[in-house]
Amino acid sequence: MLFGQDIRVAKLPANKPKAQPQAWGDRLKLILMLGPALAVILFLFMGGLSLALVQSLGYLPFIGRTELSFEAYRTILSREEFYRSLLLSLWISLVSTGLATGLAVGAALALRQQFRGRRWATFIFQLNIPIPHLVGAVGILFLFSQSGFMARLAYLGQLIEAPGDFPALVFDAYAIGIILEYVWKSTCFIGIIVLAVMQSVGEDYEQAAQTLGANRWQRFRYVLLPLIMPGILSASILVFAFTFGAFEVPLLLGQRYPSALPVLAYRYYTDVDLNFRSEAMAVSVIISALVMMLIFVYIRLSRRISR
Amino acid sequence: MVGLLLPFLPLLLWSVSHRWYFPAIIPTEWSWRAWGYVFGTNSQVLPALGYSLIIALATTLVSIIIGIPAGRAMGLYRFRGQSVVRFLILAPIIVPPLAVAMGIHIVFIRYGLANTLPGVVLVHLIPVTPYVVLIMASVFANYNPEYEAQARSLGAGPGQVFRYIALPAILPGIIVSGLFAFIISWSEYLLTLLIGGGQVITLPLLLFSFANSGDNALTAALSLIFIGPAIIFLVLTSRYLTGRHAAVGGMGRL
Repeated sequence: MLFGQDIRVAKLPANKPKAQPQAWGDRLKLILMLGPALAVILFLFMGGLSLALVQSLGYLPFIGRTELSFEAYRTILSREEFYRSLLLSLWISLVSTGLATGLAVGAALALRQQFRGRRWATFIFQLNIPIPHLVGAVGILFLFSQSGFMARLAYLGQLIEAPGDFPALVFDAYAIGIILEYVWKSTCFIGIIVLAVMQSVGEDYEQAAQTLGANRWQRFRYVLLPLIMPGILSASILVFAFTFGAFEVPLLLGQRYPSALPVLAYRYYTDVDLNFRSEAMAVSVIISALVMMLIFVYIRLSRRISR
Repeated sequence: MVGLLLPFLPLLLWSVSHRWYFPAIIPTEWSWRAWGYVFGTNSQVLPALGYSLIIALATTLVSIIIGIPAGRAMGLYRFRGQSVVRFLILAPIIVPPLAVAMGIHIVFIRYGLANTLPGVVLVHLIPVTPYVVLIMASVFANYNPEYEAQARSLGAGPGQVFRYIALPAILPGIIVSGLFAFIISWSEYLLTLLIGGGQVITLPLLLFSFANSGDNALTAALSLIFIGPAIIFLVLTSRYLTGRHAAVGGMGRL
């Protein structure tokens, strides 16, 4: 497995050893089975990524530019706008991922217990997994704008006297509306994955630890947590990568300046001045590189912690 | 729990409001105007709904057809270079689609795929395929191919083996990955915006322009239509999402 130890170690009857194809016929069969999916990845994904890289280096034959240079990168890195966008995007992703992961593990622990109405609670918890982010963003906008539902409740409770008294939670400098939307969606996403992992681990190990005198906290920290850590790690990596590269939520709920990095890249891309093309590509290549780098650091750090 | 449902409340209220000024907690005047417009013959909603459905269904179908064999190869076999293949398949989930879409746009323009339905379906395959392959791989990891050998020894052909042995065993995986594929394509905004080039207007694109226009009632009604299929799919697949053998557990094993 790519990240962390394999969770299936926890299962008692081990899977039988996998078939190891040796003959050429088997290899050909594998290539045919993987072929179509790999074609999507290699031609569309890797192809697109390489073309973005090439164009970020200034290779734009359709406007008559063919020499390669780092000029676009130099230009971006000399603008204050870029650094403000970078900080904003990092802030949004780190806070959203952190909050959502914590809430999700708590919720998964709660949903694992037997209680009345658990089936309904689980259903409500799953409910917003298929809800598009854009709808979540519209909901947040209606709830938290200065004339939104929350502001009206605050007026009713005599906390504020006019819409302007309500704190700016959307289009604001701290991107609170964006973070709220991401936490709202991602908590359920991480929670469902962690819950599935917890259920596949079962409770035998914790019961064994209890027999040996471990208290609630010890059972969680030293028995359950190491077993579900790979699941938590993968799910929160997906959320971090998504929130760092996502576009429509900051476009709808964010302030104009500074904007999140993907919004900045899109603005450059759609500029009437085609010279901005290389800079748009450069920003999006930087986004991709940063995501991969940060995920690498995150995996190293959490492996050290989970030990 | 309440917080999870909270954002839906103003959507419901706004969609049937006529006048709802600050600081009223509920609308002061009600109206079905927004719903009437949404289902009206001259609104842009029905064509957008059609585009969204065609694109999401086509993407789901293609991704499942290419995802089943790939998932089988990843889940059932151990082969040299498997970790490289796994990394490649995971990459589109982790690397944001922005750079990919901007980079490939120029090729799509040259080959006439930009601003067309097939072009949009093709780019939607990029974020969808990894999920389908991952989920199918985790299903095939718990699959015993010896039943197929037994069926073959009893004289079943390849079609019968798939129909009566493999398909029932992997059906939960197909349903869950179909759900993910449909929802990801259905919600996709950026890829459709870039590759569709304003010609292929799907529901999320229309919703965004409604939200920016400031007509809250229309925005709310369209939001509710937008989440309709998502809810239907969830009701159909809810029982496969949690439980001891949940296919979604595959996502916890990147």
